[in-house]
Amino acid sequence: MASSAIIPNPTSFIKKNPGSSTSQCSVNKCKSFKKIVSVITPQQSERRPATTGLVKTAMTLTEKILARASEKPQLVPGENAWVNVDTLMIHDICGHGSFDIFKKEFGTDARVWDREKIVIIPDHYIFTSDERANRNVDILRDFSVEQKIKYFYDITDLSNFKANPDYKGVCHVALAQEGHCRPGEVLLGTDSHTCTAGAFGQFATGIGITDAGFISGSGKILLKVPPTLRFVLDGEMPDYLLAKDLILQIIGEISLAGATYKSMEFMGTTVESLNMEERMTLCNMVIEAGGKNGVVPADTTTFNYLEDKTSLSYEPVYSDEQARFLSEYRFDVSKLEPLVAKPHSPENRALARECKDVKIDRVYIGSCTGGKMEDFLAAARVFLASGKKVKVPTFLVPATQKVWMDLYTLPVPGSGGKTCSMIFEEAGCDTPASPGCGACMGGPKDTYARLNEPKVCVSTTNRNFPGRMGHKEGQIYLASPYTAAASALTGYVTDPREFLQ
Amino acid sequence: MAASSISFYPKTFTSSPTPKTQAKPFINHFSNSLRFPTAASTSPAIFTASTTSKVPRASSVISRGTNEAVNASTNTFHGLCYVVGDNIDTDQIIPAEYLTLVPSKPEEYEKLGSYALIGLPSTYITRFIDENETKTKYKIVIGGDNFGCGSSREHAPVALGAAGVAAVVAESYARIFFRNSVATGEIYPLESEGRLCEECSTGDLVTIEMAESRLINHTTGKEYKLKPIGDAGPVIEAGGIFAYARKTGMIPSHN
Repeated sequence: MASSAIIPNPTSFIKKNPGSSTSQCSVNKCKSFKKIVSVITPQQSERRPATTGLVKTAMTLTEKILARASEKPQLVPGENAWVNVDTLMIHDICGHGSFDIFKKEFGTDARVWDREKIVIIPDHYIFTSDERANRNVDILRDFSVEQKIKYFYDITDLSNFKANPDYKGVCHVALAQEGHCRPGEVLLGTDSHTCTAGAFGQFATGIGITDAGFISGSGKILLKVPPTLRFVLDGEMPDYLLAKDLILQIIGEISLAGATYKSMEFMGTTVESLNMEERMTLCNMVIEAGGKNGVVPADTTTFNYLEDKTSLSYEPVYSDEQARFLSEYRFDVSKLEPLVAKPHSPENRALARECKDVKIDRVYIGSCTGGKMEDFLAAARVFLASGKKVKVPTFLVPATQKVWMDLYTLPVPGSGGKTCSMIFEEAGCDTPASPGCGACMGGPKDTYARLNEPKVCVSTTNRNFPGRMGHKEGQIYLASPYTAAASALTGYVTDPREFLQ
Repeated sequence: MAASSISFYPKTFTSSPTPKTQAKPFINHFSNSLRFPTAASTSPAIFTASTTSKVPRASSVISRGTNEAVNASTNTFHGLCYVVGDNIDTDQIIPAEYLTLVPSKPEEYEKLGSYALIGLPSTYITRFIDENETKTKYKIVIGGDNFGCGSSREHAPVALGAAGVAAVVAESYARIFFRNSVATGEIYPLESEGRLCEECSTGDLVTIEMAESRLINHTTGKEYKLKPIGDAGPVIEAGGIFAYARKTGMIPSHN
């Protein structure tokens, strides 16, 4: 069925260099996914790049970004390199820890390496009465003030997010909306979904507190260059499919560790047809396959998006014709169907229509994966097509203040001038909540829409491991906004074609 | 190879580590003080397990209590093992609701430890940490594939370390968890050859000999090969990347 649409091409694209030792990339592709082991392309030991930098082997997009950022003429997968960081993102969960390490290691009077390159964003545990969570936001402020951090999206009035003009919300969406994501650059963040920014043709990945502390003082990080897996998605995107379905398809194909230590490069006519937020959804879940980073080559869609968001110059890079990829997967998107990831793993892929007997208790639409404006527009489209009311509590958590405002102001195409908020209200959804990460990862017990009981939830979020949204026995079905909205309308896991065709 | 995912190229290296001094902050003008290697990467000197006296391993942020199971002279870990399966994600290692605890505060560091692996589903009948205890009696965790997948929270290896875990032996690791383990120096993320999670049971008495890259299960009487930890080993032994960088002269340490 869906898997017959995929023609995995297991041959590695290897360019043999005459006279050099064999550089075989072997990938263990046996069908029992538990045995997939990350294999790093061994370094070509006999070939040294000429010191003039004129002799260059073809490189992938990721290799080029890291080479430029480490001021080397070229890099090959497996090499370790000290990379200059363009942007470091820190949020409220990791701020305190990172700053403590920074001060301990670099000195209590130390200054960060560049006060304009650190973006500090409270977004995870904001609208809660948990004292430690609130303290952690205060810590972000204290550090930002002391270090004169240029980009600190503060929130002081927790009872009313609108009273905070600087507050944004979910870091990965805010980074994009504020123009911090630029092609060709290196962006690191203290969150695994930092890979989202790869949608802009940059190298973006998640790091821990200690690495963040290190970068805060030095502006550099030691990284191992990953080999690249190429995913070519061609064909016209059916109007019942979204980027979430594409990435669930891929994760189900290569497994939770299928991209460990590797880069995932997305290309093809379908990818080119996606808007920026859909590309972000695609790259967002690269980490669920273990991927080090994901990239979509920058094009006019990217440049148009960035035009009103940043005045900084950037220089995109692209994979060379002859670049070596560990393997290439091809998909005919026109043959794919809406998917879910069943409990309790993002790789537990199933066709939405085959889960139609699964009774659900609630629907959650939000997070960096599924709480952007495009995601809400998609959900609204389904509610509009149906005209009916939802059968289960349906929670809406816009990712950022801007998304929240757009829900209430932007007209939905084909609705006769209605806004998303009107459509959601008519469908009986909950009122859109304060923007932030919300219940995607559970959070403090008083978090809005947290799964506090062992219920079944269809969610547009990114993980469904046991306890992810709160209760250990909660059953989370990951889905696209189309599928989530369709499921809300029936009270069962539902293929959106029930309403969209 | 996960084991060599982090490599450092020290300008100087002495085979006997200098006695661990109080971590001193270094000068503000770090861009001058941090010496980054400029040579193209070559195969770094592979460190064999140190045979010199091992000082109690302090994490890069806080001194932890000495782990009695760590033999000072030969990098051996001895104790009970706790066995988990594949794809143990960081939400299971330390659920999100505990992330308000900050590792760099001593009391909160200890609390984090008390919640290690509390996110495991109820199919795990034996608790990792007994009720009313804050430390685990299992010094070694044995896992399957993709240990530590999911969220990048550094609280995960920290919680395990704070709970008293000396080493995890898994078939493979998710990269951010592996990297965080090394950067903090909290636990040794060792890789097994084959599925030890199917060979060992919770409560088995095991010994890990780093020098021999070997795990001995005294309860079953079987021995297993481990993959050498390679360059990551000395970083963890030093207490994390900062301590290592100071020890090897990348960051000046003021005596």
